[in-house]
Amino acid sequence: MLSPALLYTILLIVVVLGITLFIAMYSTYAERKVAAFMQDRVGPDRAGPFGIFQPVADGIKMFMKEEIIPDVSNKWLFILGPSIAMLTACMTSAVIPWGKGLTIGGTTFPMQITDVNIGILYIFGVVSIGVYGIMIGGWASNNKYSLLGALRASSQMISYEIAMGLSIIALIMMTGTLSLKEIVQQQAEGHWNIIYQPLGFLIFLVCAFAETNRTPFDLPECETELVGGYHTEYSSMKLGFYLFAEYINMFISSAVISTLYFGGYQMPFIARFVHDPNLLSILGTVFLFAKIFFFIFFFMWIRWTVPRFRYDQLMDLGWKKLIPLSILNIFLTGLIMWWMGNVK
Amino acid sequence: MLSIFYFLSFLAILCALMVVVSKNPVHSVLYLILTFFAIAGHYVLLNAQFLAAVHVIVYAGAIMVLFLYVIMMLNLNAAVEPNKKSWLKIAATASGGLLMVVLVGIFRSAVTSGTGNPSQSQVGLVHNLGVALYRDFMRPFEVSSILFLAAMVGAVMLGKKEIH
Repeated sequence: MLSPALLYTILLIVVVLGITLFIAMYSTYAERKVAAFMQDRVGPDRAGPFGIFQPVADGIKMFMKEEIIPDVSNKWLFILGPSIAMLTACMTSAVIPWGKGLTIGGTTFPMQITDVNIGILYIFGVVSIGVYGIMIGGWASNNKYSLLGALRASSQMISYEIAMGLSIIALIMMTGTLSLKEIVQQQAEGHWNIIYQPLGFLIFLVCAFAETNRTPFDLPECETELVGGYHTEYSSMKLGFYLFAEYINMFISSAVISTLYFGGYQMPFIARFVHDPNLLSILGTVFLFAKIFFFIFFFMWIRWTVPRFRYDQLMDLGWKKLIPLSILNIFLTGLIMWWMGNVK
Repeated sequence: MLSIFYFLSFLAILCALMVVVSKNPVHSVLYLILTFFAIAGHYVLLNAQFLAAVHVIVYAGAIMVLFLYVIMMLNLNAAVEPNKKSWLKIAATASGGLLMVVLVGIFRSAVTSGTGNPSQSQVGLVHNLGVALYRDFMRPFEVSSILFLAAMVGAVMLGKKEIH
């Protein structure tokens, strides 16, 4: 017999995974609607009222399409590629604190699947594994465009991971912990990290765009040069998994940005009006999702506003601008902490 | 706990063997990544989550990506690999075997310090590791980081086509 705590964790995992997939599904719809709005079009409006069932129709279409595995491809690795992409995309949500937790009848139900003491590093680890999905898929296709896309993806993601890690170091110096739960708790009453780390936030945001392969950094699938990039040879739901993983990554990146820099589920001033801790906790979760949805919108906003970089510009930005800037940020943070007497 | 240890050890050794045995270099790299994951699992069993995460980020996430990158770029396979002479193979086996004898000798005579449950060890936690690196072993740590910096500068210089 499973213990109640374990049962609750399993339930939480299922719920978080379900919400993640649901939001990723409707991000595809939102993306097309946002694009339509920005280009003065109507967007999808055939399936259901306002085209609300469009993602369902897309999903069914993806599953029903003929599945082609190229003759010259490496079959196992060809299947492994999208599997890794999807798996790593879904794994990150385990350490994000979705809320303060509910207290019902004396027992506390945390709204975080696991509070490992190295939460941020766990996310980095999973993200750094995510690049294999693209690399293996691109290589196994045995197509030069796929291979070029995969090589671009891997070099891009490695380059921007460095700047991302360095921008986080300044944050960790300030918070003194790697646990996401404690980082959120420190940001109570409007003391959001964005106020103390504006430069770090900017670097992190740019790197998040590059890590999720979103425009202006979507060179791995640059249509004008590479046909379809790393997923040129993919069809049916395997292609669907690659595209879907991108939307999940976007959701998770938004959640991580909100957690690290925008106070997570912390909502300033609300504690003065609402006194029931459970209601407060639920409101916090709602507020977190509002922040996440804003950032998802921001991702789409950028996609339909900023054109794609050239490849050398991308590498220039990563290595010659973002990395020195993030080192400067670490130096400045250390200097200010020393000046304020915060160094033990 | 012990059954997880045996499973991870089995996985690590099996994957390490597959690295050597597989014909396709891309498969070798992928098996090596699996080996790293198994070792990261060992770190977690020793309550060293920080080491496990850094191990995955640095080795599995960065260094092996570069390995894979190079292998994919050069498109290495069995057909283009030059045939090595047999005396070279014998010499390699002999020296590899000698290395193993040395390693076995070291680990047999090593003093297993620390008593109690290894899963309760506090050595691998971020704070203790930081104290060890930046207080107890600060000088060797700084020296090795200068060594890394020198290696980096050297690599950049070698990578440049012409030196002005």
